[in-house]
Amino acid sequence: MAAPTIVAAGVGKRFLLHHKRATSLKERLLLHRQSSSEAFWALRDVDLEIGAGQTVGLIGPNGSGKSTLLKVLSGILAPTTGAVTVRGRIASLLELGAGFNGELTGRENVYLNAAILGLTRRETQRYFDDIVAFAELEPFIDNQVKHYSSGQYVRLGFAVAVHVSPDILLVDEVLAVGDESFQRKCLRKIAEFQQRGCTILFVTHALDLIPRICSRGVVLDHGRVLHDGDPVEAAERLRSLLGTGADQSGGAGAGADRPRVAAVRLFDPASGADKGHFRGGEAMAVEFDVTAPAGTAPVAVRMAVTGPADVPLWVMDSDPLHPGPDGTATVRFTVKELPQIKGIYAFAVAVRDPSSNVTYDARRFSEAFMAVGDTDTGVLEVVWTAEQVER
Amino acid sequence: MAQVQQAADARAAAQSRVRLELLAELVRKDLKVKYKNSALGFVWSMANPLLYLAVFTLVFTFFLPNGVPRFAVLFMAGFLVWSFFNSATLDATGAVVGNANLVRKVRFPRVVLPLASVGFAGVHFVLQLLVFFAFLVPFYPDAFGPQLWLLLPALAVAVAFTVAMSLLASALNVRYRDVQHLLEIVMLAWFWLTPIVYPVTVVRDRLAEEGLLWLFKLYMANPMTAVVVASQRAIYNHPVVTVDGAPRQVLPAGGYGFYLQWLGVAAVVSVALLLIGRWTFRRLQADFAEEL
Repeated sequence: MAAPTIVAAGVGKRFLLHHKRATSLKERLLLHRQSSSEAFWALRDVDLEIGAGQTVGLIGPNGSGKSTLLKVLSGILAPTTGAVTVRGRIASLLELGAGFNGELTGRENVYLNAAILGLTRRETQRYFDDIVAFAELEPFIDNQVKHYSSGQYVRLGFAVAVHVSPDILLVDEVLAVGDESFQRKCLRKIAEFQQRGCTILFVTHALDLIPRICSRGVVLDHGRVLHDGDPVEAAERLRSLLGTGADQSGGAGAGADRPRVAAVRLFDPASGADKGHFRGGEAMAVEFDVTAPAGTAPVAVRMAVTGPADVPLWVMDSDPLHPGPDGTATVRFTVKELPQIKGIYAFAVAVRDPSSNVTYDARRFSEAFMAVGDTDTGVLEVVWTAEQVER
Repeated sequence: MAQVQQAADARAAAQSRVRLELLAELVRKDLKVKYKNSALGFVWSMANPLLYLAVFTLVFTFFLPNGVPRFAVLFMAGFLVWSFFNSATLDATGAVVGNANLVRKVRFPRVVLPLASVGFAGVHFVLQLLVFFAFLVPFYPDAFGPQLWLLLPALAVAVAFTVAMSLLASALNVRYRDVQHLLEIVMLAWFWLTPIVYPVTVVRDRLAEEGLLWLFKLYMANPMTAVVVASQRAIYNHPVVTVDGAPRQVLPAGGYGFYLQWLGVAAVVSVALLLIGRWTFRRLQADFAEEL
């Protein structure tokens, strides 16, 4: 590994939540004794070494300290404990166009912004034409920024941030803003930076982006590093942390005496070991326990695997099940070879009467498993079996 | 490899160290923003001192004559440098708070914000001084002599003291927002306690009459007094003038010892305050992003 560009050693960040704090000298004199505060550690003992050229995905539940960590690493906030060492120029896509002044023209703002990011005037002159071309603002560059549309404003901010030849790029949920073409442009630019050997730290809630973009995943929870390593495992770890298991239930005959899905298990069919993420081409097995009280009509299980944006990819149907004396049956779906398309897959499962098409119970398992392949697009060729198993 | 890393370290430093180029860019921005939509532009920066000049000359030569011949010259010699100190400090006080969006989101050396305020006021001061000197050439040629060198140490002390006050005020104002209002009042009192609209000899003689000459030392310990008096000595040039056939001391006479001595005291005070200001700013700036 190349020499680390970012080193965080034992970094902690404590915020003081003031219940009643003097914000003026007058108040300070009047209520000098009554100031009470509560400490809150947003970051605790964070050790990170990020090597040059790595793309690190930083994920975690809301309030886990991701943004605080980015701010500490970028020197906006000072750590309460520990130390941060940074080698190289940091550009952040956190706040596009922060520091733009509406009264100034686009041109003047480019120079100002670049100076704040640490460029000399001569360096800025060298990049200037590229910046304007990238922002597609040639005809407007000498207009005051206050007359820009919000899209033009963001484009100019983005153009400056990516053209200052940063060594380290901080990206915080930037894909949540901007239209689709802008987002694509962002992702293209990020890929370009990766090729150039730029270090990228990437905060996102879009877990399917993590294995696609990052070479390393860091999971943060309550200010501590929970996982640091394989990006797929990181996404998986966060998924289990968030408890994104069964999250929807419904159907025609939801009731205690109706057939329903009781449990689900995802595993490697060869070893039988539980598994949450798979590589393209690997085999995958899912077992559902179904309770079907005696006397009910024959039931079968239908499972649909959905890709990004809940698009159904393929559907698997079991034969009618024969519940045992305790009224339960287990059905196993085995996919011989998962497709080579990377992403986070969810599945929906329904317990239904195959003859009448009545659905007794339906559940959705969002972000159920992760598969990593080589391609973004491709032809699905899924070989699967469904069988009832004795437990 | 080592070279590549050195370059990267240099780029990292460029984002955390004060660079003259960044400072110049910020001052340029402030100037542009201020004068963007005004046809007269920089002419406006002359309006304020001219107005003060008109009013104070009217009051102190006509309503309440203080008996100083060519009072306008004495007044402007002190007022311009005071005005630099006053506007730089007040402007700097709101500099960090006023750039909250930048401070909360971007990595850059925060200290450039108050320094840019000083630079902004400095540009105006230099322009005003040039115009003032342009008027002195035909109307008060006495100003041009070797004593004018006194202006250099006086201005050096003025800049040091102004930077110190700016650092202190801008940092404290983030924590206690009423520092700004407090300072506005303090500055008004400070203006009248500095010998700008009256000669310093009046203070000295009055205190001597009351037998409180020791208090005069305290009065002179105000760094701005030392700066203003030295500027007056440099430009007005006549410590003793003849009024109605009788000599009158407007400024302390007898060599430059008095001026240099008090400028020395002011320099010590300024450097001490500069260290305190820098320490305070560094200590408080870690919390700027949180306080804003």
